[in-house]
Amino acid sequence: MDSAAELRTISGRRLPGPLGLNLLTAAVLGLIGFFVGTWIGGRLAIGHHYLVATDQNDVGIFLGFLGATIGWLGGLGFFNYPVSRLLGRPASLPHEETAGASRYFRLSTDHKVIGIQYFFGVGVFFFIGGMNAMLIRTELLTPNEKAWPAGQYLTLVGLHGTMMIMMTSAFILGPFANYFVPLMIGARRMALPRVEALTFWLTPLAGLVLLSAIFWNGFPTGWTGYAPLADQARAGMDAYIWSFMLIGLSMCLNGANLLATIVTQRAPGLTWGRLPIFVWGVATTSVLMVLSTPVLLAALLMGMLDRAANTSFYIASGGGSPYLYENLFWFFGHPEVYILALPGFGIVLEILPVFARKPLWGYRLAVAGMFGVTLLSFFVWQHHLFVSGINATLRPFYMLTTELISIPTGFIFLNAMGTIWRGKIRFTVPMLFSLAFFFNFLIGGLSGVFLSDVPSDVTTHGSYFVMAHFHYTIMGGLVFAFFAATYYWLPKMTGVVLNEKLAKIHFWLMFVFFNLTFFPLFAAGFLDMPRRVSTYAPSLQTLNDWVSVCAFVLGFSMLIFIANLIWSLVFARIPAETNPWHSRGLEWQLPTPVPVHNFDEIPEITGGTYDYGVPGAPAVATLR
Amino acid sequence: MTTAPAPQSDDRHLWTAAVAWLVLTAIAVPLIVFVLGPHLPPGRMSAEASDQTSANIVLTAICVPIVLLIVIFFGYAFVVFRARGTAIEDGPPDFGDARAQVLWLILTSVIVISLAVWGTYTLFWSAHGAGGGQGPNPVAKPSDASSALQVQVIGQQWNWTYRFPGYGGVETAHLEIPVGRDVEFLVTSLDVTHSFWAYELGVKADAVPGTENIAYVHPRQTGSFSIRCAELCGLWHGHMFQTGEVVTSAQFASWIAGQQHAEAPNLKYLPGYSGVYFPEPTRRAG
Repeated sequence: MDSAAELRTISGRRLPGPLGLNLLTAAVLGLIGFFVGTWIGGRLAIGHHYLVATDQNDVGIFLGFLGATIGWLGGLGFFNYPVSRLLGRPASLPHEETAGASRYFRLSTDHKVIGIQYFFGVGVFFFIGGMNAMLIRTELLTPNEKAWPAGQYLTLVGLHGTMMIMMTSAFILGPFANYFVPLMIGARRMALPRVEALTFWLTPLAGLVLLSAIFWNGFPTGWTGYAPLADQARAGMDAYIWSFMLIGLSMCLNGANLLATIVTQRAPGLTWGRLPIFVWGVATTSVLMVLSTPVLLAALLMGMLDRAANTSFYIASGGGSPYLYENLFWFFGHPEVYILALPGFGIVLEILPVFARKPLWGYRLAVAGMFGVTLLSFFVWQHHLFVSGINATLRPFYMLTTELISIPTGFIFLNAMGTIWRGKIRFTVPMLFSLAFFFNFLIGGLSGVFLSDVPSDVTTHGSYFVMAHFHYTIMGGLVFAFFAATYYWLPKMTGVVLNEKLAKIHFWLMFVFFNLTFFPLFAAGFLDMPRRVSTYAPSLQTLNDWVSVCAFVLGFSMLIFIANLIWSLVFARIPAETNPWHSRGLEWQLPTPVPVHNFDEIPEITGGTYDYGVPGAPAVATLR
Repeated sequence: MTTAPAPQSDDRHLWTAAVAWLVLTAIAVPLIVFVLGPHLPPGRMSAEASDQTSANIVLTAICVPIVLLIVIFFGYAFVVFRARGTAIEDGPPDFGDARAQVLWLILTSVIVISLAVWGTYTLFWSAHGAGGGQGPNPVAKPSDASSALQVQVIGQQWNWTYRFPGYGGVETAHLEIPVGRDVEFLVTSLDVTHSFWAYELGVKADAVPGTENIAYVHPRQTGSFSIRCAELCGLWHGHMFQTGEVVTSAQFASWIAGQQHAEAPNLKYLPGYSGVYFPEPTRRAG
């Protein structure tokens, strides 16, 4: 039986247009759920002594967030399918996809719709996180608190950090892995489409919950949420905990789904040795997400109990230990850093062969590098705790593992060098962003060697050096890879061409001012400027002013991208070619726009994705 | 015996890039060591700071040639191998080279492992903990650790205070330590996690409630050093700033005697000297 027809037969009832379940019903039911939850929490807490001491009802707030989550998911229709099946009725979740913009605002199980939802959904929160950075840099124009009160400044720092970590985790895996992994492996859908929809719809909810912290005096801990300070904080901390739990759940589910898809949904002929390198990057990242996020959830759950139920997991005076949180958090936190890096490796190695017109040099080495990073990243977390006072004997071990991780990372550089050498390099916008990735990641990676060396880390730990280091790897790496992927794949996703002139202006402004912003911050760290301060030594003002001004231009370059997006998608609408880059990738062999069920018949993979210049190379797949 | 094959055109490119890299490295490394090096932090005020400075110089001197290698290789390829014209042409179908990959693996492994060995040597033997906090049971102690001057550093929102167990547990709001004598910092906190960062001394140790975090330092020069908090501790984190002094033994003796005299009336209100403190209220104040 034709699979597309099969899918249609199990579709059920559906309300017309605006009456159906969508973002609006989700928001309304989420709000109602929140107030119901806080009301129940208020009833439960009557007479409890800690309310008097703290003047806030954390139980009520957490129950409110629980109610909001249930309302939000119910408002989108996530419970229709399980409830129908429980009651023995036919499944009510619609499977056929309608055209038009409304499908992007409701529950959809089409991986292509979810990819677009992720692209814009995460983009909105990335924009908010970026605005927070601009506000932070405004404060740092002067050495004393001028622009914002100290508490607001810390909230901005926390919102920027948490928002960026949460959203960049989904920055490549959300839009591009969900959209392109099924296309690249010759599948009609992800292995678990309803789970895929859930992973997306948890993301904006997490962003909104995090932003709600501003209604409860914010939170003072930055994105790490270290325990004794988190326990002391006002109710905004509850929003941090709940939103991070939501995103942790989303990441875990997304990882499991992507892994299941890659293992089970590959088209015939797509052996592991032919798998596109981006898919390998996604697979290894998924392993990290599945294994590390449960630890984060456990850590946050204990933090939640410490705050709401008067337990003492992290409170030394009650018999707990702040080190427990630090260890659990960084056991998630360091793999998280590679959750951000590995998809970027995949993207740039996917793009380089297309624009160097050469096969990916050392394919197996690249896969080995990704696996090496995946494995080692679980054995390095205590380098965040070198001076914290735990396990001084283990420091050489963590120093060694941390430095070892630069070996598999170095493989990726060798792959790039081998691929461009003797190639026919075309400097298109995706290629420019990919090449910039290598420069930025080089600086980011090598500055990490300073931090892995304990004697040097004693100088640099907790200083702006660290801050410059991870902005080089995350912004210089992941965000540049995101833009490479955007300019590379958006024509396939949207069916329209982006304006190249604006794109090049965007690239050059972003690349130059990214480096002008963040390179001086290594010096700020070396000159004894701690992270997350709103007050600094007056002698560093010139340096900080320079950085702030460059950061504003960097922020402006993002506006050029947004303008380009709006201009190209809304006004110009120049239709994209089927394969504008002359890529051998399977996703480019499909028509634009991609048909609803991707492939009329599952293709058979007959050739390598990267066989550029191979005489008589077979087509990558037989498409019928 | 076979004669070497005539160099192919891309071999020539490889050699040109290699020579450019060698020349630039030969220029850059001495500049880093002799011109930039003396300005790298945290300076030479203590034995630990000195080792950290050396570490920073060596790491910079290793990293810059690596940056040069990648940048020259990429830059050279951009110029020589850029596609000319608009026609889409393919490059040679080169899938990899086992020898180059093994060479790369060996080179990176040697650099990385020797860095780890050298870091371990500095950490344990040459700089006894490198000025970092080693927790309550330090493993890398200076040889005369038992005669070191003990200074308890107490982090609290949002200031540092110091108690001297060898001087009746007197608590001071300002830090002075003598030159030429090992100092044992016993770092703890009254509320949340702070991090005691004496920048020029090369000392950094987290102040964690309920934990005695020990760091050693051996000051070699007199002068002032800045003290900051390196772990986010709440509202006035950036204001946990003081200036400490390394002074001569005689100056230290007279300073601590003066402090003991001035603080004597306050001492009876303090809790007895202890490694850790749990002040009331132990729960969140809101």
